[in-house]
Amino acid sequence: MAQMTLMEAVRETIRSEMKKDPTLFIIGEDVGKYGGEHGVSGDLWQQFGDDRVRDAPIAEASIVGCGLGAAITGCKAISEIPFGDFVGMCMDQLYNQVAKIRYMSGGQVQVNLVIRTTMGGYVGGAEQHSQSLASWFVHVPGIKVVIPSTPADAAGLLRASLNDGNPVIFFEHKNMYGLKGEVPDDPDFTIPLGKANILREGSDCTVVATSLQVHNAVKAAEQLEKEGISCEIIDPRTIDPLDEETILSSVKKTHHAVIVHEEWLKGGYGAEIASIIADKGLFDLEGPVKRVAAENTPIPFSPVLENFVLPQVDDIVDAVRQTFAE
Amino acid sequence: MGSSASSKETLTADTALDLYRRLVLIRRFEEQVSKLYAKNKLPGFVHLYIGQEAVATGVCTNLRDSDYITSTHRGHGHTIAKGGDVNRMMAELYGKVTGYCKGKGGSMHITDMKIGMLGANGIVAGGIPIAVGAAYGAAKIRKTDQVVAAFFGDGATGEGPLWEGINITQAWSLPVIFVCENNLYGVGTRLGKVMGSEDLAPRVKGFGVPVEVVNGNDVVEVRKAASEAVERARKGKGPTFLECKTWRHRGHFEGENPTYFDQEEYNTWMKRDPLKTLESTIQKRGLADSQRLRDIQKQVDAQIQEAVEFAEASEFPKPEAALEDIFV
Repeated sequence: MAQMTLMEAVRETIRSEMKKDPTLFIIGEDVGKYGGEHGVSGDLWQQFGDDRVRDAPIAEASIVGCGLGAAITGCKAISEIPFGDFVGMCMDQLYNQVAKIRYMSGGQVQVNLVIRTTMGGYVGGAEQHSQSLASWFVHVPGIKVVIPSTPADAAGLLRASLNDGNPVIFFEHKNMYGLKGEVPDDPDFTIPLGKANILREGSDCTVVATSLQVHNAVKAAEQLEKEGISCEIIDPRTIDPLDEETILSSVKKTHHAVIVHEEWLKGGYGAEIASIIADKGLFDLEGPVKRVAAENTPIPFSPVLENFVLPQVDDIVDAVRQTFAE
Repeated sequence: MGSSASSKETLTADTALDLYRRLVLIRRFEEQVSKLYAKNKLPGFVHLYIGQEAVATGVCTNLRDSDYITSTHRGHGHTIAKGGDVNRMMAELYGKVTGYCKGKGGSMHITDMKIGMLGANGIVAGGIPIAVGAAYGAAKIRKTDQVVAAFFGDGATGEGPLWEGINITQAWSLPVIFVCENNLYGVGTRLGKVMGSEDLAPRVKGFGVPVEVVNGNDVVEVRKAASEAVERARKGKGPTFLECKTWRHRGHFEGENPTYFDQEEYNTWMKRDPLKTLESTIQKRGLADSQRLRDIQKQVDAQIQEAVEFAEASEFPKPEAALEDIFV
């Protein structure tokens, strides 16, 4: 085990996989000598050089398409889009090409591609640099959606994503890159996709949370514990394909459910999870399924406004209380 | 418009007849598709390549099986020129399980990875970034001398990602041959109404990419220009942009009547029919007699007939097969 930040966990996983597989390369804006716009690629360019750590022009469609074209012709690729907010610039490549090319070709093609991008606010990034857009990709079939919440999860999930043989979009929270945690030394350490993690066992309310909200949920749970409410916190880790079984088993036990994510409330993947619970776990519920999410507004700049819009620990505490009907 | 390239080209009888057979194969396939479509045998939409056969043929005869092509919504000609199987193509158009894509893709997504056909594409310029990626993987990662021919139309020059690709391939010397099939119409809109010029090659020069403008209806000329571009790419000297002036005979899709065509211009282009052009070249150079050409036509007709029979006799996929092939 080694103590490292989430950023280091991502970097070291990429490094070890690039050592193992000479066909794996990363392409993105400023990933080379600059070390990545958030610093993730670090010294990878110094180690692996231009061809395998490729600085791209500001051409997101080509960054994704380049990864795709290489990934279907004998390489493995990481296409980095430094801010998830930029996916509009490569949306066709993502949902019409990457997500569909295997299916459209009747299975002739294997897409060994991971799109790494970021999500999240709380940094004053404002409307066009703070969005969490994973919900869009949960909706489109053909691309897996992975969101790590700890350094260990980042390492294991990224390794799994790089070896899945399918396209994965991997969301790193830009305000979590400095989060420290223990990461196994094993160079093959993998966390299977499609498997949720129960961070904290509890008996009274299931709290499904992703990314930074996992940590907010933990704080909320500690507060609620003092009120005698025991929360079970589940991090799906892979949003699509979702580990429904773990969530439904938990609800069967606790009879209450709250879903927390930083994506907007309306049509966010929390609605999908809530719907699954309402469909397959309705008779286990003793209260409404509550969702804590960003207000349905663009993410504003001024911290007082941003904090109003984005989920806070108190919002989770309130939501849990609200699942217990008066 | 035409250069003297065709007279400089040393064309053997074997090569000429091979080129002719490919042109006829594409032509007859598309004509058959047109008939079948009119009889409601084919679901969905088809975009026929009739009139542009010389472009796909001239380019693809320079390519190995291990080279790649990316294509468009009008991809039947590219697929056949690259060596595609007309049986599996026809079956795909019928939506049968024996089709290239098990009936899942249809006309606009025909793919044959075994011959490097990375897929027809329903998104204009959608294949360009993929072509760039295949070139990058080959040249920079796997270090092979494979090349990629990216086919697109004049309409695609409106799309940003095409210019991204032109820029990137030049910046990194990637082995891409950009084959622009300028048939002067994007669906029903005349190129000059939406572009500063109907000549596309001059715009590319600013990127530093070598360009060549060719008579897209003369397969010998296309073949020669493409051979130089392929060689340049294979030697690591980067991309070339071939602007192939051509014309599609039919509407944008089957069922559409191209009333937007100027009748006189249409007639002029009909006289430049690529099959007639090659027939004339073969005749003028005494490479083969007309009986030989008729024999080829007959062989092709039989091949197409077999393809139709294969498709008709094939099964549809099971409905639940729709749930398969999303992921490995």
